Amino acid sequence: MHPDLPRPAPGPVEAPFWEWCRRHELRLQRCSDCGTFRFHPRPRCPACTSAAADWTPVAGTGTVASYTVLHPPVLPAFADRVPYNAVVVQLDEGPFMVSNLLGIDNADLAVGMRVAVTFVDIDDEYTLPQFRPVGAEAAA
Amino acid sequence: MSPPDRIDVVGGRSAIAGIGETVYGKNLGRSELDLACEAIVAACADAGFPVQEIDGIVSYHIEQVSEEAIVHALGIENCSFMARTTSGGGGAASIVGLAAVAVASGQAESVVAFRARNRSKGASYGGDPNQGGRPWEKAGRSVSGGNQWHHPFGVASPTHEMALIARRHMALFGTTAEQFGMQSVAQRFHASHNPRAIMRTPITLDDWHNARMIADPIRLVDCSLENDGATAILVTTPERARDLAQPPVTVLAQAMGAGPIHVALADYFRTSSSFDERDFAGRHIARQLFARAGLTPADVDVAAIFDHFTMAVPLSLEQYGFCGLGEGGPMIESGATRWPDGALPVNTHGGSNGEGFIHGANHVPEAVRQIRGTSTCQVVGAEVALVTGAISDPAGAVLLGRG
Repeated sequence: MHPDLPRPAPGPVEAPFWEWCRRHELRLQRCSDCGTFRFHPRPRCPACTSAAADWTPVAGTGTVASYTVLHPPVLPAFADRVPYNAVVVQLDEGPFMVSNLLGIDNADLAVGMRVAVTFVDIDDEYTLPQFRPVGAEAAA
Repeated sequence: MSPPDRIDVVGGRSAIAGIGETVYGKNLGRSELDLACEAIVAACADAGFPVQEIDGIVSYHIEQVSEEAIVHALGIENCSFMARTTSGGGGAASIVGLAAVAVASGQAESVVAFRARNRSKGASYGGDPNQGGRPWEKAGRSVSGGNQWHHPFGVASPTHEMALIARRHMALFGTTAEQFGMQSVAQRFHASHNPRAIMRTPITLDDWHNARMIADPIRLVDCSLENDGATAILVTTPERARDLAQPPVTVLAQAMGAGPIHVALADYFRTSSSFDERDFAGRHIARQLFARAGLTPADVDVAAIFDHFTMAVPLSLEQYGFCGLGEGGPMIESGATRWPDGALPVNTHGGSNGEGFIHGANHVPEAVRQIRGTSTCQVVGAEVALVTGAISDPAGAVLLGRG
């Protein structure tokens, strides 16, 4: 692992997301008053301004809303991985997440692909939520 | 939900009297303060205006040159207004908007708006970690705030972010990467006429195809340049401007807006992801801007559109109402944005991939030259010019016209 690999340094509002990932569970903030899911974490519900929220399990499945394949220049810690993909996944609960799609040839990336979360333990402290294709595309 | 119409007291009550630019180039070897001072002094010289009568200073929120440093370097003794715009390149045009607000409301008489940058690769003058090179490359291994939602996935630079937005637009509307390339080619053609431009050799669409990929679908020649330089604009009252050296260019209207896209990448498609008016600030800005000026997009003769990447141009054309949603790519393909024959020449100085990248501030002097009639790609009889900030941020825009 590259020594400069970026690691999350979350504040108190954000920390539970990463703690649940560490336990291989995808949970998002859900407004306790109006039920709206939100990501990334924030102190208030953008739908109703309530401060009350629960870290609620989500299905971990979604659809590729967009993708790119990255070439230099990239962060120093990723220089030996180029070209690598990045995706925006719309989770079935609504929110969007930036991640990577594993187990796919970058030439096969497509908007609309169905994907499911997979948890990659980076080290003893930190787990990254990445995605894999599901259904017909899952052959890889 | 639209805000209620309000009576605008800013439009028409200020004018750009002077523009100043340093050389734009790679590794100039000068501090940002030095460059800023040169541009400000040049803007005052252009206007025939005494530097020490400046009484207001406006810049970008991430400008590294402080108001204090400007005041001390130039001996400005009566500074009565200081303000900064929001959201990086989103606030590019709004340095003029804020200056206009200050002048129209009597907070200051003569405001200088500026931006200075050392962004050449390897440039590191001044010792500040934010000066020189690419700030995102120096984010380090511990990432907090918005960066924690994308840096761990190797997504860090504005190019990465805009590539994801561009690909979504392509998927929804059939926009092609080649249409971004056509804007790149048009701007490099404009730059070939401009002695200030860093990239004066025109390119072809074949050159675009052969340019190396940075972040699919964005190629090298779609990207803004990484260079040094500074730009300054002097905004004063219409009365004062009339007594100065240049024909006044009136600030017809300014407007700002914030859309939900670009919350540090993670949330930028919110729940609609359809590029409609819920997603970007541009529609909101355009609605206010044109209403305040009493104009429509059809009245705009020439546009200087924030183009950190060429994909921002078709999206901006849509958001500002020059074409329908999803029609920005075909509009570029039709030649509409190319001088001299296009209906709406865009970035006639060569833009950020041709003239240079002063974070969009250098788009303002070009719009001023168009209204004065002195551009190297002059739109004949241009009377109204639009200048916009970045499409993906909370942003702003101004409409400029004859005094």
